[in-house]
Amino acid sequence: MALIVDHNKALSTSPLKISAPLGASLAFMGMKGCLPMFHGSQGCTAFALVMMVRHFREAIPLQTTAMNEISTILGGMDQVEQGLLNIARRAKPEIIGLISTALTETRGEDMAGDVRAIRARNKELDDIAVVDVSAPDFSGSLETGWGKAVTAIIRQLAVPAQGRAPLNRVNLLPGCHLTPGDVEALKDIIAGFGLEAVVLPDLSDSLDGHVPDAYTPTTLGGTSLADIREMGRAKLTIAIGEHMRIAAKTLKDITGVPFLLLDRATGLEAVDRLMVSLSTVAGVPVPARQRRARSQLVDAMLDGHFYFGGRSLAIAGEPALVWTMGKLAADMGATIAAAVTTQALPALGELPAERVIVGDFEDLEDQILEAGGCDLIIANSNARQVASRHGIPLFRAGFPVFDRLGAAHLVGVGYGGTRNLITQLGNILMERPGHAHLEHPHDHSAAAAG
Amino acid sequence: MLKHKVQELMNEPGCSINQSKSDKDRKKGCGKSLVPGAAAGGCAFDGAKIALQPITDVVHLVHGPIACEGNSWDGRNSWSTGSDLYRRGFTTDLGNLDIVNGGEKKLYRAIKRAIARHQPPAVFVYQTCVGALIGDDVDAVCRAATQRLGVPVIPINAPGFVGSKNLGNRLAGDALFEHVMGTEEPGDSGPTDINILGEYNVAGELDQFRPLLARLGIRLRASITGDARYRDVAAAHTARVNMVLCSQALITLARKMKETWGIPYYEGSFYGISDTSEALRNIARLLVERGADPALTGRAEALIAEEEAKAWARLEPYKARLAGKKVLLYTGGVKSWSVIQALQEVGMEVVGSSVRKATETDREKALERLGGDEGKLADAITPRDMYAMFKEGRADMMLSGGRSQFVALKARTPWIDINQERHHGFAAYDGMVALVREIDQSINSPIWARVRAPAPWDEE
Repeated sequence: MALIVDHNKALSTSPLKISAPLGASLAFMGMKGCLPMFHGSQGCTAFALVMMVRHFREAIPLQTTAMNEISTILGGMDQVEQGLLNIARRAKPEIIGLISTALTETRGEDMAGDVRAIRARNKELDDIAVVDVSAPDFSGSLETGWGKAVTAIIRQLAVPAQGRAPLNRVNLLPGCHLTPGDVEALKDIIAGFGLEAVVLPDLSDSLDGHVPDAYTPTTLGGTSLADIREMGRAKLTIAIGEHMRIAAKTLKDITGVPFLLLDRATGLEAVDRLMVSLSTVAGVPVPARQRRARSQLVDAMLDGHFYFGGRSLAIAGEPALVWTMGKLAADMGATIAAAVTTQALPALGELPAERVIVGDFEDLEDQILEAGGCDLIIANSNARQVASRHGIPLFRAGFPVFDRLGAAHLVGVGYGGTRNLITQLGNILMERPGHAHLEHPHDHSAAAAG
Repeated sequence: MLKHKVQELMNEPGCSINQSKSDKDRKKGCGKSLVPGAAAGGCAFDGAKIALQPITDVVHLVHGPIACEGNSWDGRNSWSTGSDLYRRGFTTDLGNLDIVNGGEKKLYRAIKRAIARHQPPAVFVYQTCVGALIGDDVDAVCRAATQRLGVPVIPINAPGFVGSKNLGNRLAGDALFEHVMGTEEPGDSGPTDINILGEYNVAGELDQFRPLLARLGIRLRASITGDARYRDVAAAHTARVNMVLCSQALITLARKMKETWGIPYYEGSFYGISDTSEALRNIARLLVERGADPALTGRAEALIAEEEAKAWARLEPYKARLAGKKVLLYTGGVKSWSVIQALQEVGMEVVGSSVRKATETDREKALERLGGDEGKLADAITPRDMYAMFKEGRADMMLSGGRSQFVALKARTPWIDINQERHHGFAAYDGMVALVREIDQSINSPIWARVRAPAPWDEE
């Protein structure tokens, strides 16, 4: 059991938190034919765009209403209107995600009302879905924005089945901690049960890193509007990550499709739950392929546990990532020397750590020092300075990962993905046997055991 | 007050482009007008940060919600030979309650905490949209903090909504002039001290020309701001000559330094062989005019002759490998004629060059280099047209910034980053050789034949 500590510091040093609008735009990247736009000054877009480009190594379609001094004072409706029309004219998208920022939320813009008025007087927007999302930077983080965007898409586009026959289908609502590679793996698992799946959003169809045949100014793929309108015909919605709860519930409220919220899809026990659910929905036994994969994971745990036992890990990231990695580390016998996250999510109190700090990379560094060091850091690339200052290996996970190839292709879900993570983490620990901090007189074990 | 400052910067008389503009155009500044839904590039805050972040030993504290710093810190590839404090992100991370209650007290506490923990020679505080909108008086907080904490706390008032990245560069330069320069008197100022304005030490480029200056006995008093120390910038007013590299960003600063401290400036570039020579020549000339040993001129000429010969000799082996290759040069266009020249020297054909930010003189020089073909000079090329150029084989490779890289790569076309995220220094003689080497490695990579071949099942 961990104590969740939020110091609410005046000064955040080396921030861990990524803004909510970026998370919202990331969700729209998994929509087909989409071009999202921030309602803010153009820097909001530029920063988010550059960060996603560096992480995915892909072109990122993202526009801005380019708020200026005058529109900041008088209101930004004209900017929204011009922006929507310009995008419609130039990129001809199927859907535009309109995302507020701290600037426009501080002003108190009525974006939804503005969009209604704009649509009423501009016929050329008739064929384009415009989904507005309120996701101010000053509230929540990456996960929050992602969750809000998915919820807004559902609220504004999903429809009840209305007598249409149910399909042999599940809806999948992946959290933002899942990579395109993870989503692809989950789709394969679901298909193995003979089920169709609508994934919202589907980054595995847009940001999986592929070479399209022609130039496209919008997203390269993703969930289509038609898919979303059919979500009401599914038998079950599976949401992964606590931050997907509201989206899943909203979908249930609109369509009546029941939902199952999985806290994670990594680790033997969690994947077992996923398999049982899929088997129940599909009415078929768990496929031989997955039974074999389970056995392979069990074997990997047997082979790997030697290298995790008694080792101490530090984890920093969004709550869903810290939870997923923390549980895996604990499953394998490692201890958590430091855990830092972006929001005080109560469920993180269940982690086997002494404390979970809501903070930044300075907190991570302080925690590691207090624990007398650690064997491995799991965090995004922004932990590289902490890692190199103390000579601790860094396993890059989360967002952003800009100094390694393949951030989008890391698979950590399902039996196979879990085995993959155990192998990769285990290899790092194997390369540095024993405690990295034996020479340190401070007894860290009591502090880290939790 | 900010509005007044912005107008002053837009009216910059020292800028050659500005002189040819109408009054109305001048007021718009030199960033492109910001079109909602069709805009590209950063905001004024971004520009201010780009211009100042390379000062390595100060705390760069951003007063705003998480997006401004959380989404961007440690993302710029400017190197340090000293402190790495500048690589940490500092922000007040304004939340809901701060927006309601105001963030001034939080800012003060943040400044105090940063000074206590890191003992920097100064703290730079960046205002953002939200801080400005809720009326936080950053100037006043900085004044109070400077007085009470005994460390210079410098307000950088460039919230995003005031304009483009370029305007932010200028506001940053203005903040240095107003609050930093002239506040330190070094005991060792000499007749060959210079400053370089608008060089950010991206990928360590400073060290591609700092040694050349050293060989001539020229001392770099302050680099504004690549690899800079706060105290050097504070003493920049004691230099004899300023060299302005990115004139659009810091020309106002150069002009004000000339008016206030009589420091003459030269606008030039260290990109390209002839530009580097021209820069060294002009620095030497201006230093001699300001009282340096006249022999400096001759020494500069000797060094130029030696280095040029060496550089051309090193480029020689690439000629056979690059002859006839068609390259698209898509940069801001600042001094791109100088790069065009080098590429042509090794036998490449420049099929297009953008001149978005180029001065009229630069444009003419580029045009002359391109054989007077107006069609090869474009303000901007749309990604769609660019993609078509590659697909139809009208260009074999592209040199550009990261933003357009995927247009080339997805068309299975070689691409090299020559913008601020680049990982190789391309400055001065060594840098031009490095650029040609990179081009050779890229365009002659074995992957192109492989990735362009159709899958077996797609073959005719």
